[in-house]
Amino acid sequence: MITQYIFYFFAALLIIAAGMVVTVRNPVHAALFLVLAFFSTSAVWLMLEAEFLAIVLILVYVGAVMVLFLFVVMMLDINLVPMREGFARFLPVGIIIALLMAIAMGSVFTAIYFNGAHLDVVTPTATDVNNSRELGKLLFTEYLYPFEIAGAILLVAIVAAISLTLRTGRSKKTQDPSAQVSVKRADRVRMVKMKSEKKSG
Amino acid sequence: MLPQIQLVIPELVLLCLASIALVLDTYSTSKNKVLTFRFVQISLLIVIALIFVVSPDTQEYAFNNHFISDPMSVVLKLVICIISLVVFFYSYEYLKEHENVKGEYFVLGLFAVLGMMIMSSAASLLTIYLGLELLSLSLYSMIAMHKDSLTASEAAMKYFVLGALASGMLLYGISMLYGVTGVLDLQGISSFANAGVDADMNIMLVFGLVFIVVGIAFKLGAVPFHMWVPDIYEGSPTAVTLFISTAPKIAAFAMTIRLLSDGLQDLLSDWQGMLIILSLLSMAVGNIIAISQTNIKRMLAYSTIAHVGFFLLGIISGTASGYAGSMFYIIVYAIMSMGSFGMIIFLGKKGYEADQLDDFKGLAKRSPWYAFIMLILMFSMAGIPPLIGFWAKWFVIKEVVAMGYVWLAAVAVVFSVIGAFYYLRIIKLMYFDEPDEMLAIKASRELRLVLSVNGMVILILGFIPGALMALCLSALS
Amino acid sequence: MLSDIFQWIQGSILSPLVNLVVPELFQDEALLLLGILVKIVAILIPLLLSVAYITYAERKIIGYMQCRIGPNRVGFFGYKLLGLGQPIADAFKLIFKEIIIPSGANKTLFIIAPVLSFAPSIAAWAVIPFDDVSVLADINAGLLYILALTSLAVYGVIIAGWASNSKYAFLGAIRSAAQIISYEIAMGFALVCVLIAAGSLNLGEIIEAQSGSFLHWFWIPLFPVFLVYFISGVAETNRAPFDVAEGESEIVAGFHVEYGGMAFSIFFMAEYANMIMISVLTSIFFLGGWLSPLQGVPLLGSIPFLSDHGLIWLLMKTSLFLFCFLWFRATFPRYRYDQIMRLGWKVFLPITIVWIVIISIMVVAEIPPWFN
Repeated sequence: MITQYIFYFFAALLIIAAGMVVTVRNPVHAALFLVLAFFSTSAVWLMLEAEFLAIVLILVYVGAVMVLFLFVVMMLDINLVPMREGFARFLPVGIIIALLMAIAMGSVFTAIYFNGAHLDVVTPTATDVNNSRELGKLLFTEYLYPFEIAGAILLVAIVAAISLTLRTGRSKKTQDPSAQVSVKRADRVRMVKMKSEKKSG
Repeated sequence: MLPQIQLVIPELVLLCLASIALVLDTYSTSKNKVLTFRFVQISLLIVIALIFVVSPDTQEYAFNNHFISDPMSVVLKLVICIISLVVFFYSYEYLKEHENVKGEYFVLGLFAVLGMMIMSSAASLLTIYLGLELLSLSLYSMIAMHKDSLTASEAAMKYFVLGALASGMLLYGISMLYGVTGVLDLQGISSFANAGVDADMNIMLVFGLVFIVVGIAFKLGAVPFHMWVPDIYEGSPTAVTLFISTAPKIAAFAMTIRLLSDGLQDLLSDWQGMLIILSLLSMAVGNIIAISQTNIKRMLAYSTIAHVGFFLLGIISGTASGYAGSMFYIIVYAIMSMGSFGMIIFLGKKGYEADQLDDFKGLAKRSPWYAFIMLILMFSMAGIPPLIGFWAKWFVIKEVVAMGYVWLAAVAVVFSVIGAFYYLRIIKLMYFDEPDEMLAIKASRELRLVLSVNGMVILILGFIPGALMALCLSALS
Repeated sequence: MLSDIFQWIQGSILSPLVNLVVPELFQDEALLLLGILVKIVAILIPLLLSVAYITYAERKIIGYMQCRIGPNRVGFFGYKLLGLGQPIADAFKLIFKEIIIPSGANKTLFIIAPVLSFAPSIAAWAVIPFDDVSVLADINAGLLYILALTSLAVYGVIIAGWASNSKYAFLGAIRSAAQIISYEIAMGFALVCVLIAAGSLNLGEIIEAQSGSFLHWFWIPLFPVFLVYFISGVAETNRAPFDVAEGESEIVAGFHVEYGGMAFSIFFMAEYANMIMISVLTSIFFLGGWLSPLQGVPLLGSIPFLSDHGLIWLLMKTSLFLFCFLWFRATFPRYRYDQIMRLGWKVFLPITIVWIVIISIMVVAEIPPWFN
């Protein structure tokens, strides 16, 4: 029974946080609310006994993706006034489209498939089943081929990111500190021995 | 230990070779990256040989029904590899001329080929999606690789955003299908739909189907999801445009067949209607707007849209021979498109893209032989007999008529005639206008040779369309 | 031993209390909750005391290394006692100082930031096994949980840097964020090696997998990874020689330059709590946690008290690594930023990836004495 209350708490938190992501003005706040939304999601997943996914959600999305996201958002100096200018002008169109979407989705989702009659009731498995181990087994047997393709996609992403951002040669204007530090006196100063000159005439 | 791993050997070897090329590239110090380029070419040749060696004639599954090897996948993989081989050659000539050769370009190209091969022999929704992403991601970065070009960056950005949107649509449809059927492999989905479902379930299936068709239309560039095509064809460097407009189209055909025929053949009556609308709009918009273009890359982009409209005709018929007609069409289109963009590369020089119609003025006086090749290409694109482009149109229209859509065939013929106008205009420019400058065309001997062969292939295939058609039919039977 | 004490507390204090106060319906839950609370307090109070006295140890040890004496005046009740009262005095001073919020700062985030940096370093203790039965939450994915929580520590830093509305703080935050993320990858891969070697994500099982003798511990088959993990740990906690996030000479004090009083001291405590955390984890992953080093040793192994496993061994191993933290600070000059990045990406990452392959081969080949 208490688990039910906990579920409702996190579900409400998730909805509120997700709502705030799109409504708050400050992009940094929006990003932080997204973090909160991820947290609540992972709590809900934990309650479904999907501990591996829940923790990986935190590890990957909150721990890495959102940090980089915040990183970028914080460095951008977004002027919010012009972004909000067209709001009133586009509102009628927006409302119409939103209504159309709502009607279209509502007509499909209500009553027919998603009323739960078609869905099987999930029975919890025994508690000694190790979630991560089972997922791993599945990934390396049944889904081995897609898993390896996903690996290739990540490799392409790395190659693309590096080749698009790495600039070498003369277009790169950064300093190379290690080259600067390792400069020897002989590289910069040339000692010349010469006889003193006399002013002629 | 692993089930049927020998079927996947071409893909595995390609992945390994691409990774080796990546490492090799760091040791390739020459400005033109000859080493990487040659290695990539050899890799493709090895893969082509492997496909011949290991592929069975029958239909076989591997990796828990994620991978299928059937005659269609074998033929498509071969065509993709051969076309990519030629495309890389054109690209290399272009990049060398513009002094912008990067090793990663060809490595990413190899990964794109891998993605297309995966799509060709995908037997589950997951594999289709992942193959598509592998292909798209490589293409985005190949466009963006020309960092100093503003138009290329813009094109890459547009392609990326719209491509992501299209993938999102497709994924949404896929998740719907998965939600209803509970399986990811196309075989399972097919048998689920075949088993006869109640009306509620059917609505959900169609709901998913709509998004899948939208996703496919986006990737093919069919109207009204065509907005990205002209901008990206024009903005990208010709080398990449050449690639985008050839081999990936064949992969898109594979995706269409896998999803609509292998998976959802039982919903034929539902997707037929959608495709008819897409096809009609594409033929109309593509052919009419192309007339007003002055940039030849943009014109060819609209011509692509029109060709996609024709290509869809074969799919609409919903029969194996109709699919074979579409396959024939898309292969022929890829060869013609390759030649046309190859021609633009041929005429261009350092710091200058010959992408205006005026660049073709008086080509017959500057170089009669290449003007003749361009003549063949344009006649073929316009569908004038006895060139191969005519046969392509003839096969798909025949299938549509056989299915009883005579009005659709009539409309297609009308648009085909409208389309002939802008192809013939180029021929008029080449043969009846005076050139602005009589400069000799500077191009390497290899480029001249490959371009000539490309043109001759179109001419020769026009006399023996039966051979290619028989291949397509056997692939889809 | 620890579990006996807890049983006693639960039996003779908590149960009567719950029976008295809580309505019948919720008694089970209340007892569970109170039991967990007691355990948390039992972990937290020693932890906070250790944090306080590590600052003392740091000043003393570095003092001796630099031929100084360190704090030696503040004691208790008029006795100097080698300055043992110093941390308490410091704490009082910090508590009574005013917290100044800079103008233009984002107030809410400015206050939340120290909390966000301290909370994960405490929460991670939930899965630490103190001996073979005493652990707050014995979860299957303990190692992942640790990884997830250590990856959260960066939020406090970047939010502090951004909310302060100060360029020094922001620069510090950016440096720190990039550094922590870079080293987290090497750390993650190092833990993958541990996971492969132990065959489990549960910290208790990882320790059990090392039992035998001190030669069975993972520090031998995973030696390079052991070093990488500990050094990455030093970098993750922003300690010298990786403390460019504070970088007094360039950016004053980095992300916490605008903080004073208790708000500052919470950052400070978080840093030291993280140090303890890393030390404990290193001992658990590579030095067999609460396993006695004398186990399996001829002669010595038969001495009754010394060869018993227990908390004392974990504490001793932890202290060893904590000493290393302080030792590093007294010894090494600060890394330059590009050197930090080079070390993380071009040295540690490849080492760990290569070692994943090596350790996998070792596990598959069942190389004794670790994997048979």
